[in-house]
Amino acid sequence: MKTRLVISAVLMAAATTGAQAQDAAAAGIAKFREMLADGNPAELFEMKGEELWKQKRGPKNASLEQCDLGLGPGVVQGAFVQLPRYFADTKRVQDLETRLVTCMETLQGFNAEEIARTPFLKGEKETLAALATWIGGLSKDMRFAVPQKHEAEKTMYEVGKRLFFARGGSHDFSCASCHGADNTRIRLQDLPNLTKNPGDGVGFAAWPAYRISNSQMWTMQHRLNDCYRQQRFPEPKWGSDATIALSVYMGVNANGAASIVPALKR
Amino acid sequence: MADPMRIRANNKDGVTEVRVLMSHPMESGVRKDASGALVPAKYITDLDATHNGKTVLKAMFSGAVSQNPFLSFKFKGGAKGEKVAVKWVDNKGESRTDEATIA
Amino acid sequence: MNNTRRTVIKTTSALGTLVALGLVTQQQAMAAVDRAAFDVKSIADAIKAIGGTAANSDQVSVVSPDIAENGAVVPVGATSNIPNTTEIYLLVEKNPTPLAAGFIVPAGTEASVQTRLKMGQSTNVVAVVKADGKLFSATKETKVTLGGCGG
Repeated sequence: MKTRLVISAVLMAAATTGAQAQDAAAAGIAKFREMLADGNPAELFEMKGEELWKQKRGPKNASLEQCDLGLGPGVVQGAFVQLPRYFADTKRVQDLETRLVTCMETLQGFNAEEIARTPFLKGEKETLAALATWIGGLSKDMRFAVPQKHEAEKTMYEVGKRLFFARGGSHDFSCASCHGADNTRIRLQDLPNLTKNPGDGVGFAAWPAYRISNSQMWTMQHRLNDCYRQQRFPEPKWGSDATIALSVYMGVNANGAASIVPALKR
Repeated sequence: MADPMRIRANNKDGVTEVRVLMSHPMESGVRKDASGALVPAKYITDLDATHNGKTVLKAMFSGAVSQNPFLSFKFKGGAKGEKVAVKWVDNKGESRTDEATIA
Repeated sequence: MNNTRRTVIKTTSALGTLVALGLVTQQQAMAAVDRAAFDVKSIADAIKAIGGTAANSDQVSVVSPDIAENGAVVPVGATSNIPNTTEIYLLVEKNPTPLAAGFIVPAGTEASVQTRLKMGQSTNVVAVVKADGKLFSATKETKVTLGGCGG
C-alpha cells in the first residue's frame, strides 16, 4: 500500500516537473519581454514618423497633414484601429500603408509605383514604416473596429478568409498551417490562432512592431511578405488586394481586441 | 547627422530618473553582411550625461551594446523644468547631443 | 614639468589629491578603465584590466533575465549597495571580448545602471564595481534561446 503511494507520488512529481519546466520557460520569456517593454526602440520610429507627417516633402513640397486615413483629412488618432477600410476617392479597400502611399502621391507628388517597388527598409519604405509606427501609436490601447459596412469591405473579408486557408507553395502550407489552431508554437514562440479573436495585443493587434532579432521596424505588409517567404510561396506584390484582404480578415477577426502598437517582438 | 535621442527625465521624491533611447547601428565590426564581407565597426564609444552642466553619468560602450542603445539611471537632485543633456560620441567621431526637461 | 605631471596623474591614488588641489579638473579625473580593456579576450584579464581581482559581494547584484528570447537585445544592469561606489562594469563571459560597458558614477548618482547588451549564447553576466578603490562582483546566468520564426 505504502509502496504504491510512494510510486504514484514520484510519478506525479515527475509529471509536474515536466510541466513546471515548460511554465518556467514561459514565465522567463514573459519576464524578458516585460524588462524590455520600457524603452521600446519603436519610439525612435514614432518620433521620425511624426516628423515625416509634418515635413514638406516630395515634388509638390507639401506635408501629409491633410491626408485622410478614413476619419477625415488630418485625423490621425483612432484611424489605425479602423483600417483597412473602403475609400470613396480610390474606390478600393486600403490598408494603412497603401493609404499612406495614396496620400504621398496625391499630396506630395511621389510616384506610387516606385514606392511599391522599393524594397523594405530602403528609401520611402522606411518612411512608411516610421509613419505607420507613429500613426499606430496614436491608437495605442484603443480597440479594433475594422468596418464591414461597404460591400467591398465584406467581399475583402471573404477573399481574405479564402486566402488564409489556401494551401500552396513547395511545402503546401497555408496561413492556417501555423495560425489555424489554438495552443500551438514553433520552438518557444507561441502562435496565435488568427481564425478568431486572439486577444488583446496579439496577432493583427501587434504590428507594426520593432523586432529585436534584427533591430528592424516591421509593418503588417512586411510581416505578411515574410510569412509568405516562410511558407515557401512566391513573393506577394506589395500592397496587392491579396495582402489587404488578409489584413481585413485578421483585422475584423480582431475587432474588440486592444492594440498595443508599436509592439516589441523577438 | 544622426537621428535624435529620446530622453525622458522624471523627478520623484528628490530623485531624477533618466531613460535614454539612442538611435545608432552599434556595429561591432565582427558581423558579416550577406556577401560575407565584414561590416565596418561603427558604435558609440562614450556617453556623457549632465544636469545643469554637472556630470551625472559617464559611460564607455563597446560594440557589444545593443543597436539603438537604451540606458537608464537615477541621480539625487534635479527639479521639474530643469534640463538633462546627453551627449554620445562614436568611434568614427560622429556625435549627437540632445536634452530633455525634467518632468 | 609637464612630464612629471603626466607621471603623477597616471597613479590613480594621486588623482584625488590633484582634483582637490585643482590641478586636474573633475572631468579629467573621471577616466575609468583604459579603452584597451574592451579588447581583452578573457573575463579574468578584463577584470585585471579594470583593477585587479574582484571579491564576490552580495551587496552587488546583476539585473538580467533568466531567459532571453534573443541574444541581440538583452536587458542587463547592475546595482551596488556598497558605499562610495564610483565605477560599474558589465561583462558578458562568453562574448569574444567580455567587457561590454563601463560607467562612472559621480557622487549624487545612484550606483544602479541599466542598459541592453548583445550575447551570442547562454552565459554568465558579471557586474564588477569599484568602491573606495576596491573591486567587488556578482554573477548571474542568462540563458539565450532560439525563439521561433518571426513574431
